[in-house]
Amino acid sequence: MASLKHLPAVKGAKVLMVGAGGIGCELLKTLALSGFQDIHIIDMDTIEVSNLNRQFLFRQSHVGQSKAKVAREAVLKFRPHISITPYHANVKDSDFNVDFFKQFNVVLNGLDNLDARRHVNRLCLAADVPLIESGTTGFLGQVTVHVKGRTECYECQPKPAPKTYPVCTITSTPSKFVHCIVWAKELLFAKLFGDKNQANDLNVRSSDGASSSKQAEDVFEHRKDEDIEQYGRRIYDHVFGYNIEVALSNEETWKNRNRPKPIYSSEFMPNDLSQQNGSMEKNGAANDISSVSAMASLGMKNPQDVWSLKENSRVFLEALKLFFLKREKEIGNLTFDKDDQLAVEFVTAAANIRAASFGIPLHSLFEAKGIAGNIVHAVATTNAIIAGLIVIEAIKVLQNDTKNYRMTYCLEHPTRKMLLMPVEPFEPNRSCYVCSETPLSLEINTHRAKLRDFVEKIVKATLGMSLPLIMHGSALLYEVGDDLDEEMVANYAANLDKVLSELPTPVTSGTMLTIEDLQQELSCQINIKHREEFDEEKEPDGMVLSGWTQAPSVVKDDNESIANAGSTSNEPPVEAEKNDEIEIPPEKKRRLSEVSEAVDPDLSSVDGDTRNPDKLQVLDDDDELMIFDNWDSVPNKKKRMQ
Amino acid sequence: MDGEELTEQETALYDRQIRVWGAGAQRRLSKAHILVCGITGTIAEFCKNIVLAGVGSLTLVDDRAVTEEALSANFLIPSDENVCAGKTLTELCRDSLKDFNPMVRVSVEKGDLSSFGAEFYSKFDVVVVSCCSFTTKKLINEKCRKLSKRVAFYTVDCRDSCGEIFVDLQHHKYSKQKREEAIECELHYLSFEESISVPWKALPRKFSKLYFAMRVIERFEEAEQRKPGELSIADLPAVVKLKKELCEAQSLNESHIPNVLLERLVTDTREFPPVCPIIGGILGQEVIKAISGKGDPLKNFFFFNAMDGKGIIEDVSGKT
Repeated sequence: MASLKHLPAVKGAKVLMVGAGGIGCELLKTLALSGFQDIHIIDMDTIEVSNLNRQFLFRQSHVGQSKAKVAREAVLKFRPHISITPYHANVKDSDFNVDFFKQFNVVLNGLDNLDARRHVNRLCLAADVPLIESGTTGFLGQVTVHVKGRTECYECQPKPAPKTYPVCTITSTPSKFVHCIVWAKELLFAKLFGDKNQANDLNVRSSDGASSSKQAEDVFEHRKDEDIEQYGRRIYDHVFGYNIEVALSNEETWKNRNRPKPIYSSEFMPNDLSQQNGSMEKNGAANDISSVSAMASLGMKNPQDVWSLKENSRVFLEALKLFFLKREKEIGNLTFDKDDQLAVEFVTAAANIRAASFGIPLHSLFEAKGIAGNIVHAVATTNAIIAGLIVIEAIKVLQNDTKNYRMTYCLEHPTRKMLLMPVEPFEPNRSCYVCSETPLSLEINTHRAKLRDFVEKIVKATLGMSLPLIMHGSALLYEVGDDLDEEMVANYAANLDKVLSELPTPVTSGTMLTIEDLQQELSCQINIKHREEFDEEKEPDGMVLSGWTQAPSVVKDDNESIANAGSTSNEPPVEAEKNDEIEIPPEKKRRLSEVSEAVDPDLSSVDGDTRNPDKLQVLDDDDELMIFDNWDSVPNKKKRMQ
Repeated sequence: MDGEELTEQETALYDRQIRVWGAGAQRRLSKAHILVCGITGTIAEFCKNIVLAGVGSLTLVDDRAVTEEALSANFLIPSDENVCAGKTLTELCRDSLKDFNPMVRVSVEKGDLSSFGAEFYSKFDVVVVSCCSFTTKKLINEKCRKLSKRVAFYTVDCRDSCGEIFVDLQHHKYSKQKREEAIECELHYLSFEESISVPWKALPRKFSKLYFAMRVIERFEEAEQRKPGELSIADLPAVVKLKKELCEAQSLNESHIPNVLLERLVTDTREFPPVCPIIGGILGQEVIKAISGKGDPLKNFFFFNAMDGKGIIEDVSGKT
């Protein structure tokens, strides 16, 4: 790999970069310096202030502009004679089909979400173009090489489902701060400022369900003649006081738990309403929505401070008031956005008051924002290192230097003296439904489950298809597309509401379904097995998909985490939002004792129960053993590529 | 110093990295002064990283003119001749770096490194030296060590697809997270001269081959009065001869310094562009760790070789 020897391969190459963010900026720069001359780059995002600490091709003056386009301009300043083609678009757009992908010699991912990664993986497989995949979080990162038929594809190991929490934990028995954040963001914020038609579990269900929920609906209505301060306090007293009292009345719940304390606004605020809470004058021009801030009107400055219960109560009431006075038009359409200052203030305060009620430690706005926005830690250095490693692998791919392909991990703590650890890629997983033809198998109650359940939970959520087509033999059961006529659309809509065994072509035990996504050119087969009963706790979806992973226990575990929505609701309560920046390094617990010379890690399996999807853990005492964030359990034996 | 708060602007700009290293570390970074001697592609990467991270100031020293080689791996130099006219290499880099983060003071200092006295070096918390002779590295390191304040010293070199970082933090106290609690640690470093004087025989058995190869090249350039990197394939026989002599004197098996590795290092002395962000990234992280006093710092050599893809830490402590 002498500097100049690679030039012919690099000069003639046409490469596609997906993502112009943290990794993307570094990658585009490094590709240009390394002599690449034909680079296409797709990114749907625009530039934000919090990008500027690491996405060094962007400046304050670029905020709001297309990342792909600005990145191109910036790189042309030091390499003016190369061709960079930007697309300010979603990589999932139908323009970027298999033919589009086929024009490239290699595809380089610098993405921030699982969905797009899976999509690109499938298109690369369909177009038979090598893919180099990457991700970073804090000081950790990894680069992997995926070449069809030769190395494992991005999906050969199942990916973790977004983190979800059981509904009852969120609504009734929070034990961690994150539960309070979820409650504040997904339930309270959504109830007060979001779409009124959305189902919402905010109110505590009492035994006489129907009537009390009717009453509760009215509680959240802002009556026309009602003073806004009065309204705020009424909401406060209802959710932090009354609802807790109702919950306390259910003795069964508190047998083995600490009882929460109801909190009423009168504890902190004199009832005299003439005492203004904040001074609105400090809130800039009324038409500048982004500057509306409860912290500003209360004269609070440091987002790192942990507020007292009284301060949280003041922020809560002030933020609520500001929404109604300054942003009334948006009420009914708001969803939580981590870049919406007032929303972050409201959610922080509400989560903290609830935390206080349940005896959970309070957190600063800065911390709360990180949790609520699923903000991933990101620094420039790791992205730069990862970009360098991507280019090194890209050059090997272009030279067809297959023996030297490596997956490389960038570590925070050295392992066997290594901070950058190369590992030989693994062979494709022969039971991977994405890159092999092995059928999957689905246990489902064919007399009870509707086609809709199957489409939503299996085809879309688990298999990640966006434009699916479902066939039973030659009969079409369902399809999505722009070119369908009305009759077909009506037909498919009717099918969705039928149980499987009552479809025009009945799906019963032993049926083999073919599922295709025309855009991804992915096709897989599912063998249906009827099963009467499912464990409500462990299998709340009422379906068990298997065959994808090798170890049966792993499959079960995987399904459980996907369906971890709890058993009290039909709706998954919380779905982690897309990461702002990157995926967590997909690592498995690997014994690295053999790595030093031969790069020969001996794999050991993971005990499913020790998994902690929130934290990257390193066992300090034994530097031969590392546990990364396990997004999946590792089959006992994986073969390395030969 | 922890009493001072970050400004609203800093909090917004540095949000993602404060989540990695904390507000205290961010405050310490904003008060740190960094000196960089010798502009290379790797140094350009390093400078970008610490300017983005939000250090207090960065001072650049390098009197060389803009050459084709300087351009080859350096994204800080615009290709527009009108912009470049009349400016030195360091001035062009300074202008680009300032643009990356207006909150960091970036400046240029002219003059010969070896002529700068103690007073000059005492203005800095971190000194990074690149593409300097062996003698200059030792000299600057000694000057830093004699100061009453502690200055973190680094050398960084990248040849072909190999890179080396040397670290001297003298006596470094820091904290690290162990499970839930922060524990206090302390490390003692050897100077550059002390480190490279450790007998090769005393080094661990599987020590990085790159370490020895770099020492051979260093000696060769010194003996021949060459500037760093002023080598070609024509020098290989003489370099191999020197290797033999050194191995004999140090009782090291010659196989520890493969001739193919030496050949690479003398043939392609330019930086391989994708290696620059890797070495510059590791160096950036290390400097941030040293300033913030958080996390285990590297002790005391780091090697990266794109051929095997390993990034290895070697501790030359003289203890076996």
